[in-house]
Amino acid sequence: MTEHPSGDLCLEQLSKKFESFTAVNSLDLTIPEGSFFALLGPSGCGKTTTLRMIAGLEDPTSGTIRIGDVDITHVKAHRRNVNTVFQSYALFPHMKILDNVAFGLKRRGDKDAMRKAQEALDLVELGHTAKKKPNQLSGGMQQRVALARAIVNRPNVLLLDEPLGALDLKLRRQMQIELKRIQSEVGITFVHVTHDQEEAMTMADTVAVMNAGNLEQVGPPADLYDHPASTFVANFLGQSNLLTSRVTGLGGDGLATADCHGHEIQVAAEHIPTGVRDVFVGVRPEKLRLDRSGRNHLDGTVTDASFAGVATQYLVRLPWGHEVTVVQPNDGSPRARVGESVDVSWEPGSEFVLDASQDQDAGMFDTGLRDA
Amino acid sequence: MPSVGAALGGGGATAAPAQRPRRNWVPYALLLPGLLWLALFYATPMVTLGSQSLQEGNVYDGFVFTGNLSVYPQALSEYWPQLLRSLGYAATATFFGLLLAYPLAYFMAQKAGRWKNIMLILVIAPFFTSFLIRTLAWRIILSDGGVVSDFFERTGLINLLEWLTLTTGGTLLNSKFAVMAGLTYNFLPFMILPLYAALERLDPRYMEAARDLYASGWQTFRHVIWPLSLPGVVAGTLLTFIPATGDYINSRLLGNTQTVMIGQVIDSLFLRVLDYPQAAALSFILLIMIVTLVALYVRRAGTEELV
Amino acid sequence: MTWIKRHLLAFAALAVLAYLLIPNLVVAIFSFNDPRGRYNYEWNEFSAAAWLNPCGSPGLCEALGLSLRIGFIAAFVATVLGTLVAFALGRHRFRGRSGTNLLIFMPMATPEVVMGSSLLTLFVMAGIPSGAVNITIAHIMFCLSFVVVAVKARVSSLDPRLEEAAADLGANPFQTFLRVTLPLAAPGIAAGALLAFSLSFDDYIITNFNASPSSITFPMYVWGAAQRGTPVEIFVVGTVMFLIALTVVVIGQMLSSRRDRKA
Repeated sequence: MTEHPSGDLCLEQLSKKFESFTAVNSLDLTIPEGSFFALLGPSGCGKTTTLRMIAGLEDPTSGTIRIGDVDITHVKAHRRNVNTVFQSYALFPHMKILDNVAFGLKRRGDKDAMRKAQEALDLVELGHTAKKKPNQLSGGMQQRVALARAIVNRPNVLLLDEPLGALDLKLRRQMQIELKRIQSEVGITFVHVTHDQEEAMTMADTVAVMNAGNLEQVGPPADLYDHPASTFVANFLGQSNLLTSRVTGLGGDGLATADCHGHEIQVAAEHIPTGVRDVFVGVRPEKLRLDRSGRNHLDGTVTDASFAGVATQYLVRLPWGHEVTVVQPNDGSPRARVGESVDVSWEPGSEFVLDASQDQDAGMFDTGLRDA
Repeated sequence: MPSVGAALGGGGATAAPAQRPRRNWVPYALLLPGLLWLALFYATPMVTLGSQSLQEGNVYDGFVFTGNLSVYPQALSEYWPQLLRSLGYAATATFFGLLLAYPLAYFMAQKAGRWKNIMLILVIAPFFTSFLIRTLAWRIILSDGGVVSDFFERTGLINLLEWLTLTTGGTLLNSKFAVMAGLTYNFLPFMILPLYAALERLDPRYMEAARDLYASGWQTFRHVIWPLSLPGVVAGTLLTFIPATGDYINSRLLGNTQTVMIGQVIDSLFLRVLDYPQAAALSFILLIMIVTLVALYVRRAGTEELV
Repeated sequence: MTWIKRHLLAFAALAVLAYLLIPNLVVAIFSFNDPRGRYNYEWNEFSAAAWLNPCGSPGLCEALGLSLRIGFIAAFVATVLGTLVAFALGRHRFRGRSGTNLLIFMPMATPEVVMGSSLLTLFVMAGIPSGAVNITIAHIMFCLSFVVVAVKARVSSLDPRLEEAAADLGANPFQTFLRVTLPLAAPGIAAGALLAFSLSFDDYIITNFNASPSSITFPMYVWGAAQRGTPVEIFVVGTVMFLIALTVVVIGQMLSSRRDRKA
């Protein structure tokens, strides 16, 4: 360990090509020191390859990786002050839990390795398992050991490769909270790779959405959700109703009018991308209401209703055949029935507007490619 | 013989992880000593064997390379009965080996539960004890007046064996029967272990699914168990057939002059008659025959993962 | 009747197991025989004489000693060379893989009599006299492939992520190999070494082609004895070998099942 750089993690023009396939295409990204950063995308989008390049397990085809001012692009994995929590944990099956956790410290000749390892185990509340072997532990416990094994080294950056993928839903929720707690306690930069948009949004300060080797959008989860920059982000991050429309003119009070299949609707003028007239007006399902209380309204017929406890999700067919999803909280208001004619309304400004020259369905379906 | 190579390498070639592509000298350094050894002491001897077969002379005055190929037709015309007999005995031993090994391997892999490890030990342990001594034990087991010979006589099975010309003179020893029984016995562990390895990987839910989809016990075996165990069957039959063809310990210790196998001929031509060219030619013929059969078999069986 | 039918497979399995084990039992019983003639093929009367003096048969213990020496050397060298090859095949991508596989596979597809006789022609042409060195060289050659197969099976089933995890945690390539790869591959290497030793110790055919009158191994001794008479002492050695093998295999099984349970 020759250097201990600290500072922001910067990826510049980072690319990785496997023969003819470009896994990561000229990525520029700055991850602030001490932040919890999520790299989100479907299988095969290049997020794991990016992670492996940061870890030093994969050589970039071009570009640089820096931590602060130090270029670590060509530093070997074992000389980088970066640690990884592997997807299937990769705990050494022939070593006791404590030896697993102390492994990295011992490689650096830390005299106090065992005590620090025990402390790290205590931090993840597994101090009592020190003498056990990995396969005597449950999946959730192994996950925490893998975390302890990584953070005990006090890396500048901790990489988490789908760390919760193998856990059941309830355990995932617990571990998400646990990971956030640990991150705020140790203050290390966490880079979390996941394909689960909900996980990325609940945990990270900043989310970067990747698609087919390219960066789609970076920002705080709420920004990404409320103002997706592309149909891919709109569809991949939660559900979106995209209404094909044409901007027809500017109104007063910062609103613009648009024509949506012969219906006039209003949108916030600031949401319209500059110089674009053919647009998708996007409205999230929970922002639609099944009444006329919003200033924009359309009529439709309920084609499906699924009750999900806290809310009910409806599919409503609009006059031109397009179906929109509406989510209504079960707050005591009357529920619509299938076949019923309803009004669908929303408030101008709660929408986002995207250039209609994109694929409307991007990000809707998993591409089916394996993550490279 | 690309298929032979593929037979061995299939697993490795696909499983080879994409690692450290830059430091390319490492695998070659790892391979060098082992491959050098095989090149020197496996491949080179094949060349000298071929060369020896084309020489003329004798051990006292020395041999001269003449390139006379006529030794091959000569050797073939003189020893084809022993060659064919060796293949026949080996094939029989392989067939019965498979017949015996399959139920044991299947039982161990799928049904034995906590007895599995003990049974595995009992299969492996005899394999680690002297082949020759165990073969001698068969002389005791099959000897006249023993339990086995008694049983064959009482049940009249001996008459069946006589009628099949597997035994002569009412005794079990020094017969085709004894040689084939010995061969079957001696190479049985080589059949059981690959079969066991293949059957152990078999998820019992496949069998349950087959039964659920109305397959009878036999149909389940025929359409599910057997196809999935084929890699083990191919490996086991090869590991039995190849050594059994060249073996002459069984035919020498348990047989008679009518059961001489090709290995015995090569041994005595080399070490007693000292007719090196003829012996080398026969040895070479045996090698070519086996390799051809193995290559055809592996291709036919269409299995990629053998070893 | 249905009970029998239900347990038919178990009966068949046990019968085959008996077929495998009866010769060993017979050898054990006849090691306590006091044969009437030179051949120990018929039961005469109980005697522990051979057990009390296993070296009583002239030359037997010398042959045994030679076989053990050759077995250890051959197993050691074949294990080292074979393990290296197995690591190359299981852990690296390189040109010439199929050629390598072919060269590894061929000794296993070649009858012993062909390998033994071809080596004899090599040594004859090189003017090297037969003897224990030639035998050892031959044994290393044919054991090597089996070691490669045993170790490769283990190495290619190892999760490559474990090695990446080691590198990620600051272990250099040498430390990764020593602390992670090697311990995980150890069971395969041990199995390969054991197999190599037993193959070498038990080999008669290849050995016979390359031996001299001063290099009589144990199997050659047994073979020679079988021509003139079978001393009870070789049955004693056979029984002891079986017991040792049983112990080794039991220990191996216990180790591996403990690993399965705990590690």
